[in-house]
Amino acid sequence: MKEIRFHGRGGQGAVSASNILAHAAFLEGRYVQAFLLIGAERRGAPVLAFTRIDDKPIRNRSQIYFPDYVLVLDAELANFVDVASGIKPTGTIFVNSDRDGESFSFNHKAQTVAMDVTSIALKHGLGTSTSPIVNTSVLGAFARISGEVCLDALLQAIEETAPAKPQENVRAAKEAYEEAEKWMTKSNIKT
Amino acid sequence: MGNHAAAYGAKLAKAEVVAAYPITPQTQTVEKISEMVASGEMQAEFIKVESEHSAMAACIGASAAGARAFTATSSQGLALMHELLHWAGGARLPIVMTNVNRAMAPGWNIWSEQTDSLAQRDTGWMQIYCESNQEVLDTIIQSFKVSEKVLLPTMICLDGFSLSHTYEIVDVPDQQLIDSYLPSFDPEYKLDVDNPQTFGAMNSPDWYYEMRYQIHRAMVEAKSLIIEANKEFDEIFGRSYGLVENYRCEDAETIIIASGTIASTAKDVIDTMIRNGTSVGLLRIRSFRPFPEEEIREIAGKAKNVGVIDRNISFGHEGVFFTETKASLYDLPEHPKAFGFIAGLGGRDVTPEDIEDMIRITASGDADEVTWYKLKDAGVVVTK
Repeated sequence: MKEIRFHGRGGQGAVSASNILAHAAFLEGRYVQAFLLIGAERRGAPVLAFTRIDDKPIRNRSQIYFPDYVLVLDAELANFVDVASGIKPTGTIFVNSDRDGESFSFNHKAQTVAMDVTSIALKHGLGTSTSPIVNTSVLGAFARISGEVCLDALLQAIEETAPAKPQENVRAAKEAYEEAEKWMTKSNIKT
Repeated sequence: MGNHAAAYGAKLAKAEVVAAYPITPQTQTVEKISEMVASGEMQAEFIKVESEHSAMAACIGASAAGARAFTATSSQGLALMHELLHWAGGARLPIVMTNVNRAMAPGWNIWSEQTDSLAQRDTGWMQIYCESNQEVLDTIIQSFKVSEKVLLPTMICLDGFSLSHTYEIVDVPDQQLIDSYLPSFDPEYKLDVDNPQTFGAMNSPDWYYEMRYQIHRAMVEAKSLIIEANKEFDEIFGRSYGLVENYRCEDAETIIIASGTIASTAKDVIDTMIRNGTSVGLLRIRSFRPFPEEEIREIAGKAKNVGVIDRNISFGHEGVFFTETKASLYDLPEHPKAFGFIAGLGGRDVTPEDIEDMIRITASGDADEVTWYKLKDAGVVVTK
């Protein structure tokens, strides 16, 4: 079982991201579960969403405390939310940021990857500069870095479920995937 | 998500009248049904109402006129329906409703707890608690079948967020197969202008008592009908649930009893603990009304220790499933030690580690009769 935790802000699409990721893995024939921890339903408030992917039916309906992956949609959240909480030593924390991954001192064995996908989302007209919708771009990068879902399944899931601008979201996810590929080559990471 | 599974269940069951009012965390059921009715995908009369009280009133009218009626609600909405829940049960109307279990206010809380539905125990409704979204969809279809046979309404309960808002794989059965399983609703007595009859009229002490007995008998008979409806469903769709689920209870020294999603999580815990040599099993209570006392005696009666996890509280007493379980075991010449756990109120997460801990406390045979599991010290204000 792979467990993924999303940290976002209300309006950024963290909950949709958890659903799209589950949908993509479902298209690949796997069992999935996606849910959210709802708090104040307002724009900008910290949001938690979760995805589980497994090869057998998923029965655990508790929250995810020991994730394999943490995806942080807004780097500022890392200043006041313990986004690295419980991450497995073999896990990966992905932060949407123009800073270097190493500059985030999460004090944890898990690797931290940082990439600026906000610029990709904005380039494709997703949201505005003050409230960019980065979920599909984060997923594109995640698909490449983690290898947990293939790009085709992800793009199909986005196309089938995006409530608006499906093609723009697909293009953003694809570009983020390609940027992640470049980043991995540059950082000499092979998967 | 569970809310959509409920909407598709109502659609597949060919509910003819849906009167519902949105409330978190049930809203998507009403949204989805209204969308499907608007697009013509679902052939039903969708009645917009100004409250849950009116929603149930409209369902009562529709059902009395011979239409298959469905609604969905949660928590405060269910409480507002209370008067009419009695009416639907007493008038023997086979309405089916999903209730998303949510804590009652105050304090204002939108998260999961079963006290809302358990407080409606004696309204004459059957109550089924689900652990997956597939079970929600399947149970709606099965419940119309059972309800229309015994002429009692059914309330199908699903945990707020951990089912209502959880995306997972649900097999949506073929309409033709559903049609072969569930015949159309054709009651013997109904509101009919060509054949006028009186419904819900004054009923004096002479016969009211006998009518209560009839409701009671119908509820008791529903047990075998629920089992039968499951069996028939299994033959067509390959899925069966029953009144209770016996999960690895054979010869188990310790049995944990739970319902809803806590029971689902508990299965992983049971598997791990058995692998590590603990003699433990899970009894999932699915039907709360009718209550499966024989099944509980049979499955849990020989255990050494039984622990009941309740996501609900009868203030000043204990968890509701715990009370009913103990009463079921009382008839046995020798019965297990029973321990009650209050857990997960107001949506507090119940983790696999928590469940393992409660199993260990139960297995020790040495604990308070009721434990408020992981209660934080908030001070206790009893009275001024």
